[in-house]
Amino acid sequence: MSNIGSYEERYKNFDWKLSEQELEYGKYGMYNIGYYCSDRICELGLGNKLGLVWQGFSGEVRHFTYDDIRINSNKFAHFLTTLGIKKGERVCIFMDRIPELYISFIGILKAGFIVQPLFSAFGEEALFTRLDDAKTTAILTTRKHLSKVRKIKSQLPELKYIIVLQNEGKPLEEREIEFNMDDYQRIDKFDIHPADREYPSVLHYTSGTTGKPKGALHVHSSIIAQYITAKWVLDLQSDDIYWCTADPGWVTGTSYGIIGPWSNGVTQVVYDIGFNTEKWYAFIEKHKVTVWYTAPTAIRLLMKEGEEIVKKYNLKSLRHLISVGEPLNAEAVIWSEKVFGLPFHDSYWQTETGAIVISNYPGMKIKPGSMGKAFPGIVATVVDPRKYEPINAPGSIGLIALKPGWPSMMRAYWNNKETYDKKFNNGWYICGDRAYLDNEGYFWFVGRDDDVINTAGHLVGPFEIESALLEHPAVAESAAVGKPDPVNMEVVKAFVALKPGYKPSNELELDIMNFIRKKLSPLAMPQEIEFVESLPKTRSGKIMRRLLRAREWGEEIGDTSTLEND
Amino acid sequence: MAEDLKKLIIDYVKKEYLDEDSDQEITENTPLISSGIVDSFSMVSLKTFLEKKFNIKIPDEKATTEAFDTVNNIIKLLGEFVKIDDK
Repeated sequence: MSNIGSYEERYKNFDWKLSEQELEYGKYGMYNIGYYCSDRICELGLGNKLGLVWQGFSGEVRHFTYDDIRINSNKFAHFLTTLGIKKGERVCIFMDRIPELYISFIGILKAGFIVQPLFSAFGEEALFTRLDDAKTTAILTTRKHLSKVRKIKSQLPELKYIIVLQNEGKPLEEREIEFNMDDYQRIDKFDIHPADREYPSVLHYTSGTTGKPKGALHVHSSIIAQYITAKWVLDLQSDDIYWCTADPGWVTGTSYGIIGPWSNGVTQVVYDIGFNTEKWYAFIEKHKVTVWYTAPTAIRLLMKEGEEIVKKYNLKSLRHLISVGEPLNAEAVIWSEKVFGLPFHDSYWQTETGAIVISNYPGMKIKPGSMGKAFPGIVATVVDPRKYEPINAPGSIGLIALKPGWPSMMRAYWNNKETYDKKFNNGWYICGDRAYLDNEGYFWFVGRDDDVINTAGHLVGPFEIESALLEHPAVAESAAVGKPDPVNMEVVKAFVALKPGYKPSNELELDIMNFIRKKLSPLAMPQEIEFVESLPKTRSGKIMRRLLRAREWGEEIGDTSTLEND
Repeated sequence: MAEDLKKLIIDYVKKEYLDEDSDQEITENTPLISSGIVDSFSMVSLKTFLEKKFNIKIPDEKATTEAFDTVNNIIKLLGEFVKIDDK
């Protein structure tokens, strides 16, 4: 029996208070996510239960009970507090998926700081932009990633503490402090900051079409939504072994790679490895994974490797599969049903929504290729893009819109009220994605409503790529768009006009690709560069990115009357 | 040629994917993709490097994470497109 039972009944009778009651949220005046993910689970008598089973890429395994998570997160909270960091200041985590990432996340929250997770593959420029914007006070990183921090720290006067893990006694520079979780004094009791419902918790950066990346700020009461969605959509139950493949540098990796499973007291497994079909299947077999939350890109890569390879492994432990990050194509749902005997359930949400808002639920009829229906407590529809009024006719394309007020909705874009306010129109939060509803109330994804590139489930802002491209000595002007890709849905394609004296060549293309990869991230690296004489522009001189994108997708170009040249 | 090729790929991986001060050893059997030294996105720049160097086109269905996971695997893959002398 699934946790949600009848979706229709749940939707009809839902109140977020149900989640609060189950969590006993606010008991003793405590609202801190860190408490609900560690100390509370121990108080429920589950201190000896495994909370985290971690496996490194070379096969080593580490186990952490909920009591280990409680004590070790206390260590981080204690250490950071003794440094003198003040409540509400930002503390960044910038490391690979090692146990300390997950545990420090809880520790930072317990101490009352705002945790700012960043993807460890970010290059120094992407890292700088986000630390500078948040005026981050401290960063926790590992020796492996320290050189990127060193390259930018002189430009970050507010960054007072650079805490280096896995340093092994190597020389450190000013502001750098070595920290080893295992060696630090045992902190059995830590005075957890109680917070309150609206106290800020997590700052996740996401990309938009224009301007710098935006920091979506969440609050501690987001756990009300993360707990219940993990319970009902992921269907987490007490004896489950749960695997979320997302990196906590992104919101899925924190909402459902930390908060969701741990507030439910579930055992989760983490594999610090890149994609590898055989190793992934072997991992599921070894740890007897029951619930698996992954991304369409990974599923399509598994499909690429074929069905025969699946037969080499015993994957019978799997009982529920869910997907997130980009639309899950119907073929992937049908394929998974064929090879695993289980369909993948698509789920939809964003950094800004903090938790799943539309999904396919256990027990509900799946229409392969559909996003599913709104989560109980979420009022979702599609609205007309001009007046922002709900479209009632099934099949009519509009913008996905949500009624504001669910617990995990972002409360601000960091220092960017103007952009935040623009997300709301006519009483709706506008997601920025186009979709339609069918006659049974299922949502069907159509595409983005802006120029943001969704590659392998990660949003990449074209502006950030174009700005970085202009820093390359050969580039005069540039445009970045998403082009279709069978595995990643979209990949970055750049159009580049060169400065006088430079000529297109294979070497230059590769040099520009690697330049962006190192500066920003592998996700932002153009997988193709087209050298052009000039870029199409409007009369006001703005690059017609949409025109270039339409060409890549074979779409109608539409009205080109405002173009200066073509 | 196999030895030259091995050196060419190892040097490229070290130059492009490791930090300047990294003391990580790369051999022909070091996992590249599964260890996270080269992620699946960055694999494209490694593939592009090889395609441009040898003037070949590696089809997408051959460019799997497995085929790029070690230098030895990459050499095996290249062997399908260029003549590699084992000596």
